[in-house]
Amino acid sequence: MIHSLFLVNSSGDIFLEKHWKSVVSRSVCDYFFEAQERASEPENVPPVIPTPHHYLISVLRHRIYFVAVIQSEVPPLFVIEFLHRVVDTFQDYFGVCTEAAIKDNVVVVYELLEEMLDNGFPLATESNILKELIKPPTILRTVVNTITGSTNVGEQLPTGQLSVVPWRRTGVKYTNNEAYFDVVEEIDAIIDKSGSTITAEIQGVIDACVKLTGMPDLTLSFMNPRLLDDVSFHPCVRFKRWEAERILSFIPPDGNFRLLSYHVSSQNLVAIPVYVKHNITFREGSSQGRFELTLGPKQTMGKGVEAVLVSSQLPRGVLNTNLNPTQGTYTFDPVTKLLSWDVGKINPQKLPSLKGSMSLQAGASKPDENPTINIQFKIQQSALSGLKVNRLDMYGEKYKPFKGIKYMTKAGKFQVRT
Amino acid sequence: MLSMSTNNLSYNDQGGTDSAVEVGQETTPTSSNAGAGFGLFSVDFKKNDDLKEMLESNKESLKLEAMKRVVGLKKLVYVYLVRYAEEQQDLALLSISTFQRALKDPNQLIRASALRVLSSIRVPIIVPIMMLAIKEAASDMSPYVRKTSAHAIQKLYSLDQDQKDLLIEVIEKLLKDKSTLVAGSVVMAFEEVCPDRIDLIHKNYRKLCNLLVDVEEWGQVVIISMLTRYARTQFTSPWKEDGVFDEHSERAFYESDEEKTRNEPEAKPYMMDPDHRLLLRNTKPLLQSRNTAVVMSVAQLYWHLAPKNEVSIVTKSLVRLLRSHREVQYIVLQNIASMSIQRKGMFEPYMKSFYVRSTDATHIKSLKLEILTSLANEANISTVLREFQTYVKSQDKEFAAGTIQAIGRCATNISEVTDTCLNGLVLLLSNRDETVVAESVVVIRKLLQTQPTQHSDIIKHMAKLFDNITVPMARASILWLMGEYCERVPKIAPDVLRKMAKSFTSEEDIVKLQTVNLAAKLYLTNSKQTKLLTQYILNLGKYDQNYDIRDRTRFIRQLIVPNDKNGALSKYAHRILLAPKPAPLLESAYKDRDRYQLGTLSHTINTKASGYLELSDWPAVAPDQSVRNVEVIEPVKEWAPSLWKTGKSKPAKSSDDKFYSDSGEEEEEGSGSSSSEDGSSSSEESGSDAESRVENSSQSSEESDESSSQSEKSSSESESDSEKKKRKTKTPLQKKTVKPTAKDGDSDGNVAKEASSSSAEESSSDSESDSDAHTDSDSGTEHKKKTKSKAKPKVEVKSKKEVSLLDLGDFTPAPVTQLKSSILSPSLLGDLEGMSLSNVSSTIQVSGPAFVPEKSHDLLHRMTGKGLSAQYQFPRQPCLYQPTMVSVQISLTNTSDHPLEQIHIGDRSPTGLNIHCFNTVECLEPEASVTVFMGIDFNDSTQAANFQLCTKEDHFSVSIQPAVGDLFLPITMTELDFRKEQGKLLGMNESSATITMAAENMTSQPISRPVATVANLGVVPSGQDDIHRFAGKTASSGAVVLVTVELRESSTALITINTEKSVMGSMLLRDLKQALAQA
Repeated sequence: MIHSLFLVNSSGDIFLEKHWKSVVSRSVCDYFFEAQERASEPENVPPVIPTPHHYLISVLRHRIYFVAVIQSEVPPLFVIEFLHRVVDTFQDYFGVCTEAAIKDNVVVVYELLEEMLDNGFPLATESNILKELIKPPTILRTVVNTITGSTNVGEQLPTGQLSVVPWRRTGVKYTNNEAYFDVVEEIDAIIDKSGSTITAEIQGVIDACVKLTGMPDLTLSFMNPRLLDDVSFHPCVRFKRWEAERILSFIPPDGNFRLLSYHVSSQNLVAIPVYVKHNITFREGSSQGRFELTLGPKQTMGKGVEAVLVSSQLPRGVLNTNLNPTQGTYTFDPVTKLLSWDVGKINPQKLPSLKGSMSLQAGASKPDENPTINIQFKIQQSALSGLKVNRLDMYGEKYKPFKGIKYMTKAGKFQVRT
Repeated sequence: MLSMSTNNLSYNDQGGTDSAVEVGQETTPTSSNAGAGFGLFSVDFKKNDDLKEMLESNKESLKLEAMKRVVGLKKLVYVYLVRYAEEQQDLALLSISTFQRALKDPNQLIRASALRVLSSIRVPIIVPIMMLAIKEAASDMSPYVRKTSAHAIQKLYSLDQDQKDLLIEVIEKLLKDKSTLVAGSVVMAFEEVCPDRIDLIHKNYRKLCNLLVDVEEWGQVVIISMLTRYARTQFTSPWKEDGVFDEHSERAFYESDEEKTRNEPEAKPYMMDPDHRLLLRNTKPLLQSRNTAVVMSVAQLYWHLAPKNEVSIVTKSLVRLLRSHREVQYIVLQNIASMSIQRKGMFEPYMKSFYVRSTDATHIKSLKLEILTSLANEANISTVLREFQTYVKSQDKEFAAGTIQAIGRCATNISEVTDTCLNGLVLLLSNRDETVVAESVVVIRKLLQTQPTQHSDIIKHMAKLFDNITVPMARASILWLMGEYCERVPKIAPDVLRKMAKSFTSEEDIVKLQTVNLAAKLYLTNSKQTKLLTQYILNLGKYDQNYDIRDRTRFIRQLIVPNDKNGALSKYAHRILLAPKPAPLLESAYKDRDRYQLGTLSHTINTKASGYLELSDWPAVAPDQSVRNVEVIEPVKEWAPSLWKTGKSKPAKSSDDKFYSDSGEEEEEGSGSSSSEDGSSSSEESGSDAESRVENSSQSSEESDESSSQSEKSSSESESDSEKKKRKTKTPLQKKTVKPTAKDGDSDGNVAKEASSSSAEESSSDSESDSDAHTDSDSGTEHKKKTKSKAKPKVEVKSKKEVSLLDLGDFTPAPVTQLKSSILSPSLLGDLEGMSLSNVSSTIQVSGPAFVPEKSHDLLHRMTGKGLSAQYQFPRQPCLYQPTMVSVQISLTNTSDHPLEQIHIGDRSPTGLNIHCFNTVECLEPEASVTVFMGIDFNDSTQAANFQLCTKEDHFSVSIQPAVGDLFLPITMTELDFRKEQGKLLGMNESSATITMAAENMTSQPISRPVATVANLGVVPSGQDDIHRFAGKTASSGAVVLVTVELRESSTALITINTEKSVMGSMLLRDLKQALAQA
């Protein structure tokens, strides 16, 4: 299946390689570099590149290309999904997944890669099993390791791998037993020039942090499960029970995991929580353009809109901007033409706005397209779809766990066309 | 020190200065690396010293510490070995004996990792050792070791292909493995080593389908793609006569478990093989997987295997994947693009999900564009075009150009908008961006070619724009248009030519060529005005720098300018140059992509990747399906809302693979055996097996926890529990291993009792439920073993009085109760223990219906139902909700013009009527219909069940009147049992009649057909030709019904019915008389 893996940084250097079968020469990456050069943006490198003897399948995350070399037919998503799993694991282990972090932890990286694939076929990809095999590095352990010369290889044998509940390790013990669930909804929307909604969807996830002793069996029920249109589960969720009763019944993995991701059925009208008033004009023949942007809350169910960040890719003709924000700070990068405005919290009494002028290239004709405005925001304590968790019960263990549920709404791909 | 040395070994960061040097270092780890290796050991001498001390010390803790460090060391050595063994074979050989020793280690994890490393050493000399190790590991007790051996198979195969035959043997053996751990890996090995040996799969097919849900996600992908290939060779196409199939899909679904039906000459043209259905059903839940590869592989399975009307269930899941990473989007969009060309309807409702965002990568944008174009139709084209208008203005010019092409495709596909599109494109001609203009011109040219007659004004417009357009391709296109349609623009064309003559020398080659063409065409049609111009241009061309242009000029001159030599050809010049040309086809790049299996690499790159296995076409005639039969045809399960397993009554750890799966039997067997394995291995391994100890202890602690939580359980939960158990009793499975100690104790008739006594469960004491929890995991297996165990011929069958299963545990000294023990109070248990032996016969089993009548009855006419019409029929399946119920299939159709909401069942009469209602139908769109299932307990009478069918606004009283034959469930028994039963049901319980048979019934058909039509009875094999026997039991009370038809001479027949339900008996007799005597 997966023959080798090369890690390539944004400047086109291979900084790590790993082979699971016979060694493949690095020169195979030349085909990748060619494609990288052709692509105008880093994202535009095609994920699948055929070469005469191999196929290169790559993913780009954190500005690192993970390039897998394969030799024969395999579902490309199989490889892509695995590579993303690798990145997730690195992130889980090192906190960040950057070139520096990987170089700093190169031993752990190799140990992880060795365990994750056997002869190119995924072996252990559950983070719980991996953590039993290989301890994540901590500052203390790094110090100890340098002094004693020991490694991060786990001291226990990986019993989880043998279990039928491979996502949970045995013998978990906590003094404080707690289970937290975050219901996070993202709203994807395209708003057209006139302010009407072209498309709006809500996608949600329930992320959990469960620290419970023993082998608890949890059930989670919703007040309004019908809202959930299309769901995908962590393997721990019993599907049949969901089908029959719309109840989530599961033995949770230990620690952080994504229990569920869902899509809110499109029949429900989506309330758009913010509105944007904009007036971006370029005049023919003039080297000045007007830029006006005002944000306001709309249908937020009384909750405040926070962490608002507006960004926009201005047309190439714009040389510089001279803008005045009523709150927050704005930056404009004259090279990439990226305007970003960190608004912060929206105060309904005093709406934030950004006004001013743009200077255009003299003599150039006015740009055809007005820029698209991307907006990010957060609304705490509210799930936009109205999804509510009804109750959480635990079976199988005697103690009383501490339970907590948090709701949050975020902007996903929220775009306003101007 | 260790970390540093690994650094040297494999971390290869040279800053990317000189790649050649790096490669050299990479492949020749000679002195420096060896040095590093030595360094590792030399410095570790010190540590090894104290290791030695530690190991020899008396303190357990120190010893343990030392052991841990040894394990840690080993690991890195392994990594090193595997990486460099191929280059330094001699050194690697030294290590082999260590691994051989480790292969015998009592700890399964050490055995597994030793095998893993051993098989990774790519040194040909050790092939025989590897082979031996693999063989041994394949029959290891631990499924994890067996899994590792499956991985090792591939490694050995890539090292030495000559071992293929031996390896296939091992694969064959491992394919039989019932552990979910092994399944994925062995199928992977199968795919690598012998993908053509489809015959190895037959016997394991059903098992693989059933295990699938529990296999780890990567294994799922591999198994699904293998099963897709398998299914295409083994089943007939479900795509024929779609129309017919549509209406019956639900029905076929239910009938599918019964193979007999298929053997009968049916009016229905296609019947899906139950195994085919099994695969589709068992893969469906995987659409909810979080692993995108799994979702995609299920989607392609449905695409390639499912009846056309079922494919659309994958849509939602595929659209969901579009939220994932960029790379995932890319692959999924590609597959959607292929799908949407053939099946627009699938994705049309989700069109908005394919709207392009300015932040998408370019290849994602163009794929979305592709899909939007495919989805466009008369109804949505205006929305699509409005969306396209935004895209055209995009800063990403490549994308804008793509959009223009897409508009062109829409214009050709949808004739209503051709003019609109053309006008829009003409407007774009005044765009500032050259690429946009050029692309528009090219697309307009293609469009005009399809209908040139109507659009001379556009040609004129383009001629006007000609001066402003600088992109060569666009200029060339306009010139070509002028030439081609010069007769439509007789005034303008010569003028354009005049302008071109002026600027000829400064034009691009492609424009020059078209100028020459234009000149030639004008010369032919309008030589009076253009003769001189043409000659001028031809002269210019004659001395052009480009040889193509010189060549063309020479050719044209010879062709059109008449002189002595070329008379023959110039006669045809008009026909050569101005031949009507076929319009170019604007079609998708994804048009024939689906010749490759979806989801594959080959599909993505649109060429055959190495190792790609073609999907074969459906066979015209299905190959023998009995090859998949294991000993006994496994009853195929229906999906059933109440069939999920709560797992509540079981200790979580030991029974997990049971309740995460929906293949109860297979699974339980696996877990049962593995738990006994654990037990035995721990004793064998002198308690050193920490793993199994942990497991055991955790298990027992959970058991106690379980018992405490037991009392908390709600009654609904316990009810569903008991239902689950009931199902188990109804699906007897034969097992190869029969425990001699297992007693006969099972039958199906007892279920009625259970349901009624389920309330007892709540009141049962804690200690009792404790014992239940204790034995549950074991009893699952034993229970099944029992059902297999041989029938006792003398056993009386009195299923009505049958009691619960009682059993002595195999391993526990105290008598422990079987599955349902918690339902019965301890004292009752004691009472019943003695009876169980004599009361039970395992030979009487509920079987599938022999025949399911097509006939459906009106429940609610659309006139009275204000648009809602309902029909019902009896699918003759055991009811899933409660065994005493008869299942009824109701199809609801909305014939009105507005959606009907909240269709459900309201009041019922008689009030005691026990109905299991279908789930409320939230909304039924106009013209839509939905099929629902309900269960009704008719209480063994043909009295109609009256209830109200309600919508949001209305309710209608309806009634279901069963025929007596529908109140039975067929059972199978031996002839001997039949006689015995009959012997007990004489006198009052017997009714008989002599009839004259209709001629057709005597000759052409077997007698079983009309009988099975009338009543849901099972056929009892008969030794005599002229006596036919049928057996069944009533659904509600479980009373046995026996029918004998004895053919006499002169076409008479004696029908005898024995049942204690004499009323039903006489009603059945009446019906049978009618059916058999029918002329």
